Amino acid sequence: MVISMAMYNDKVMEHFMHPHNAGDLENPDAIGNHGSPVCGDMMQIAIKVKDQVIVDAKFKTFGCGSAIASSSVATDMIIGKTLDEALSFTNQSFIDELGGLPGPKIHCSVLAESAVKNAIWDYAQKHGLELEGLKGYDPTKEFEHEEEEECEV
Amino acid sequence: MRQVYLDYSATTPVKKEVLEEMLPYFSEKFGNPSSLYGIGLNAKSDLNQARAKVAKLIGAEEREIYFTSCGTEADNWAIIGTARAKKAKGNHIITSKIEHHALLHSCEFLEKEGFEVTYLDVDSKGLISLADLEHAITDKTILISIMFANNEIGTIQPIKEIGEIAKKHGIWFHTDAVQALYNVPIHVTELGIDMMSMSAHKIYGPKGIGALYIKKGVVISSFMNGGAQENKRRAGTENMPGIIGLGKAAELAEANMEEHIRHISELRDYFADQILSKISEVEINGSMEHRLPGNINFIFNYIEGESLLLLMDAKGISASTGSACSSASLAPSHVLKALQLPYEKIHSSIRFTIGDDTTKEDIDYAVEEIVKIVEKLRAISPIYKQSTKG
Repeated sequence: MVISMAMYNDKVMEHFMHPHNAGDLENPDAIGNHGSPVCGDMMQIAIKVKDQVIVDAKFKTFGCGSAIASSSVATDMIIGKTLDEALSFTNQSFIDELGGLPGPKIHCSVLAESAVKNAIWDYAQKHGLELEGLKGYDPTKEFEHEEEEECEV
Repeated sequence: MRQVYLDYSATTPVKKEVLEEMLPYFSEKFGNPSSLYGIGLNAKSDLNQARAKVAKLIGAEEREIYFTSCGTEADNWAIIGTARAKKAKGNHIITSKIEHHALLHSCEFLEKEGFEVTYLDVDSKGLISLADLEHAITDKTILISIMFANNEIGTIQPIKEIGEIAKKHGIWFHTDAVQALYNVPIHVTELGIDMMSMSAHKIYGPKGIGALYIKKGVVISSFMNGGAQENKRRAGTENMPGIIGLGKAAELAEANMEEHIRHISELRDYFADQILSKISEVEINGSMEHRLPGNINFIFNYIEGESLLLLMDAKGISASTGSACSSASLAPSHVLKALQLPYEKIHSSIRFTIGDDTTKEDIDYAVEEIVKIVEKLRAISPIYKQSTKG
């Protein structure tokens, strides 16, 4: 039943134990959510944007070690990036940055990809922006991704 | 760093006296109990002394104890062995939704062979309904198997009443007592139990050894086929060090049970009081009245179990969770699901189990660290709202 710390590599544990950018962002320009506490994980990413560049980001996550570690690297990676650059990140970018996640935990990185995308979508909606990476994207629809595990309810 | 082990329902350390008694059976007392010469005959005699100790602990006769490789084998054997033996009489088994997987997966296995299984619901406290049980009985029912006490939430079922119902209808009654042994006084005949599974490593004995009590007159099919060991009912050369260890652990359990129950229930109550008074919005899963003395299962609302476990582990504190995130299958606890607990609360549930070696200082340390960890995780939880802070 219990997963030992041995399951995660040192980098994942470091991001989990001492997450970067955790907490509330004051006066965020946009917020993206993904997941649900019912499924055991929910992620919220808030961003501040200036001239289409993400100047700050913070996260709040209800989830396991890898969900928190994924949130930490995802926010690290999008800060300083343009909206288009941030949209080009996939869950694999976050996994690579973490040096790998155990198989059953891959979906946690997908959660981070979706939360980032939803935050940018929220910003684009508010500012009437049309971004290449958001074409045809509807955050209300089930986010489709090969690696994503269905939440069994 | 201080190590505080609070997962005695997962396993227990082997007691020193138990280990000492086991050790000679690896080397100088290595004889096979089936051999007809000195060291073999001595082994046979020691084997039966261990059997007598296990029998004494549960009020059984020596010949009613059959050693197995573990509690899981005992469960598998009782269920599948009964199904095989009673096929002519019927094909219906009654169990509950909160059984151990050793039981549930054996039932699922039998369902594929055409057996029918009723999985009784439990109430919000984790107890089955005797009326539901009686109602589920048909003329095809061959076995009732209800666990004595649950491994996750510690709920103790009304075993005596279940035994009476089973007897009234002429149906065999099996109970998985792996968690109950040493934590609840058990007398199999007084409780009307026909078969009972036990495991050594939950009572400060070694891993890899268990036993099935089979009441005399109850005949089930063999599960392990081979030699004539265990009165021709469970083949395979006996695990002598393990059996000697289980015997010694049973002897110590009988001698220490009263003090053991007093010690762990006092610490458990103190632990629960401390957590509930120092952390807001914590709930307890399962009945407090009908509960194993060392078990407590908390819902730490707004935080996910695995995160809490990992941060506790980093402080040397060991416990376990029903959260899906921590299981290889990503499936949340079937026991907590059966309580009709909302999913987010299942993910926030943590089980602590206290044992003989736990001290008040251990509990104080654990409480102090858990308070900090819960605060840290709630601060980054998107579902923990300012307004809900206590």
